[in-house]
Amino acid sequence: MRPLRLTVNGDTLETAAPAHWTLLEVLRYRLGLTGSKQGCDKGDCGACTVLVDGRPQLACLTLAALAEGHAITTIEGLMPLHVAAGGDGPDPVQGAFDRCGALQCGFCQPGMMLSARALLNRNPCPTRGEIREALSGNLCRCTGYTQIFEAVELAVAESLGVAPAPRAWEEQRMKPAEAQEQARRAAAALAAARERNDGGPGARS
Amino acid sequence: MKSFRFLNPASLDEAIALATAPDAGDARFLAGGQDLLTEMQEHLAEPDRVVNLKSVPGLDRIEAGGGRLRVGALATLVRLEREAAVRARWAALSEAAASVASPQIRSCATLGGNLCQRPRCAYYRIEEARCLKKGGTECFAYGGSNKYSAILGGGPSWIVHPSDLAPALVALDAEIVLRGAGGERRLPLEKFYVLPADGDVTKETVLAPGEVVTEVVVPEPPAGARSTYLKFRERESYDFALAAVAASLVLQDGVVRTARICLGGVAPVPWRAPQAEAALLGRRLDAALAKQAAAAALAGAAPLEQNAFKIPLTKTLVERALLALAR
Repeated sequence: MRPLRLTVNGDTLETAAPAHWTLLEVLRYRLGLTGSKQGCDKGDCGACTVLVDGRPQLACLTLAALAEGHAITTIEGLMPLHVAAGGDGPDPVQGAFDRCGALQCGFCQPGMMLSARALLNRNPCPTRGEIREALSGNLCRCTGYTQIFEAVELAVAESLGVAPAPRAWEEQRMKPAEAQEQARRAAAALAAARERNDGGPGARS
Repeated sequence: MKSFRFLNPASLDEAIALATAPDAGDARFLAGGQDLLTEMQEHLAEPDRVVNLKSVPGLDRIEAGGGRLRVGALATLVRLEREAAVRARWAALSEAAASVASPQIRSCATLGGNLCQRPRCAYYRIEEARCLKKGGTECFAYGGSNKYSAILGGGPSWIVHPSDLAPALVALDAEIVLRGAGGERRLPLEKFYVLPADGDVTKETVLAPGEVVTEVVVPEPPAGARSTYLKFRERESYDFALAAVAASLVLQDGVVRTARICLGGVAPVPWRAPQAEAALLGRRLDAALAKQAAAAALAGAAPLEQNAFKIPLTKTLVERALLALAR
């Protein structure tokens, strides 16, 4: 048994676990934080994704001992951290996932939302390609990903104060010209914001 | 995962001493852990001691200057991918780093770990299959499922080396620095890897027990040099290379002055292609020459039953990489 002092979602938590336990095991079976999912347990599925000092990392391939001294964010911390930073209600990524129906079974969702949060912290105005790349380590077997990408785009559009490009299900119900115009406005707002931030990927790492 | 003693040395010498002590048993060095932990989760590695290299200060620098790039073994792939100097002058290296696995894995995975990772052959990764790599007597891929196996340098094991950084660094003429109880040694990265026919078939490198990769040193490319890394995967995201090519050229008025080409995903080691390099030298790089060099690179290929597709695939990658550098 090895004593552990971990900083999780802003709290310092003390516990103990065998040296070979992973961060995922300690989060779930010592600290009761079961939001981080145990899927493949070998780095394939991304369901255990947490943020370590702001970067997405696989809790199943991280020894708990190596997480000491680093700031760990799990899905349980996303809303409290957003509120503590002056926000209102859930993290915008969580709200967007909710409104876009970006889940079915929900198993991949905590990891997806943390990967998305890490992306938006580094690159607040990502393109669809950058979103796909940032979420490429998170498998979803239900949704086919479309609503997930749309949810991240919705969070981005809302942060810019514009309507997002019409989502696939909305587009079918709109006049083509109207849908194109809304998509064009969303793309122009994104391009202008990227210009202002001088930032694409790697602008902040 | 089997339990082990977890040790946090304060220096490299202490780390090496802990790993080589008479009572150390099976000791492993831990860097990013992104390969070692998968091996431990699947009982392919069951160390008695895990020696944490992250507790050793100074192993994670990325330093460009004085005519070279020095990258510490513990530098993470996400840093190699984003570091401006690496992107500008050692493009093949940053492109290779960006192509590895997923963002989560690149946050943690290190240069040293990437160079020392173990094979991804399904037979090797199945605990129950006692293949040649695990001390058995047979390479099951040879007569079995060999779609992903080697087409160059195969036998008696047909694994392919999974590293993306290794071909890029070989093309960039990198040197690797190792440190063990007996002191330091430096060798061209190419010489770090051993074909299964030429050494201990259960290993991929010359790394001795208790020896640590400490850094890689890459010379500054001369004026006019360009490099790139092209990787083909079965799917767009998160996969190992079916085939890959790293190329580094110096062009003068369209004529090739120096060339280094190294293939990935097709051989048990990063596979240098000297015939292709020779075919390029002194000649104007156009589509016809790129095709000729690609053919030369694959001239010795000997596919197994299911992987002849890798020959045209790899040739195409070589052509595309060369033409991308000619533009």
